[in-house]
Amino acid sequence: MADDIKVDNTLDIKGQICPYTFVRSKLTLEKMQLGQVLEIVTDHKPASENVPRSMENEGQKVLNIKQTDEKEWHIFVRKDKEKKKT
Amino acid sequence: MEFTEDQILRYSRHILLPEVGGDGQEKILNAKVALVGAGGLGSPVGYYLAAAGVGTIGVIDNDRVEISNLQRQIAHNTNRLGVYKADSAKETYETLNHDVNVITHKERLTSQNIKNIIKDYDIVVDGSDNFPTRYLVNDACVMLKKTLVSAAVFRFEGQVMSIFPGDGPCYRCLFEIPPPPGMVPSCQEAGILGVVTGVIGTIQATEVIKVILGIGHPLKGSLLLWNALDMSFRRVKVPRNKECPMCGEHPTIKELIDYEQFCSMSH
Repeated sequence: MADDIKVDNTLDIKGQICPYTFVRSKLTLEKMQLGQVLEIVTDHKPASENVPRSMENEGQKVLNIKQTDEKEWHIFVRKDKEKKKT
Repeated sequence: MEFTEDQILRYSRHILLPEVGGDGQEKILNAKVALVGAGGLGSPVGYYLAAAGVGTIGVIDNDRVEISNLQRQIAHNTNRLGVYKADSAKETYETLNHDVNVITHKERLTSQNIKNIIKDYDIVVDGSDNFPTRYLVNDACVMLKKTLVSAAVFRFEGQVMSIFPGDGPCYRCLFEIPPPPGMVPSCQEAGILGVVTGVIGTIQATEVIKVILGIGHPLKGSLLLWNALDMSFRRVKVPRNKECPMCGEHPTIKELIDYEQFCSMSH
């Protein structure tokens, strides 16, 4: 399935740990357009779970999480929402 | 803007918040806030605004640090006795965060200089300790349409209100004119529990950050009262006064007023 996803931007955060994995992913996604897809590459196992969860909490769509190596995950997130308004 | 590596780390706990994010942090970095007074209230306001990354902080104060200030005025310290409070605060805030530029105004605010001093700031924070300044700041902010976060403390109590000229009441809607000299205990007679200024000042800082970000519900049209001994908060609705001499339908105050000082000790 992941192979079908058209990726607009890739962010390599290997070497980064939480919460900076999400902080950096979020900053990158903020600069992208609605509907665009960000591929996030991480080697930090907790991030492979936390980043998708945090993205969904902020209203973004996690399309897929693909483990490509013992310590490498690719997270595909589609920007569905601009910043939360209160 | 692109954040530096240090900024990503420094502001990460802000960026994580859905209501803030990178663009919210950028607004904070671009904000310009003036503090009237670097005393009990101004100290913690400036401290948290500096920590938050408010890019430009104006500190308006012409007093020097005295040892009796240090029980509550946390921007200063024992090594700074005799130093201008504005300079001391600048040192404290810029050391905490190099992203912050503190502009010092070592002047006493008057009807003659206030507009020129506050005109380049987005938000004004009143942490003054006397009624003449409080009314002068209110009136100047209404005239220049500057958002004002006003507060006062007394013994074990404090109050905060945010003023959005043209949109909600101003300080004079609440208290039309200052009390006559002698009616209220002056600051040296009254005493103040030091930490009360910290609680109220940090509430002011919270209001400033909310206004910068455009989130939540500021204290517009409501006065927050806090009592330390009861540990109680009350929020009192304050309507706009149509008869307000400053922002009512037929304002009678057209020029700024220098009221007589009645806290003789401080200056």
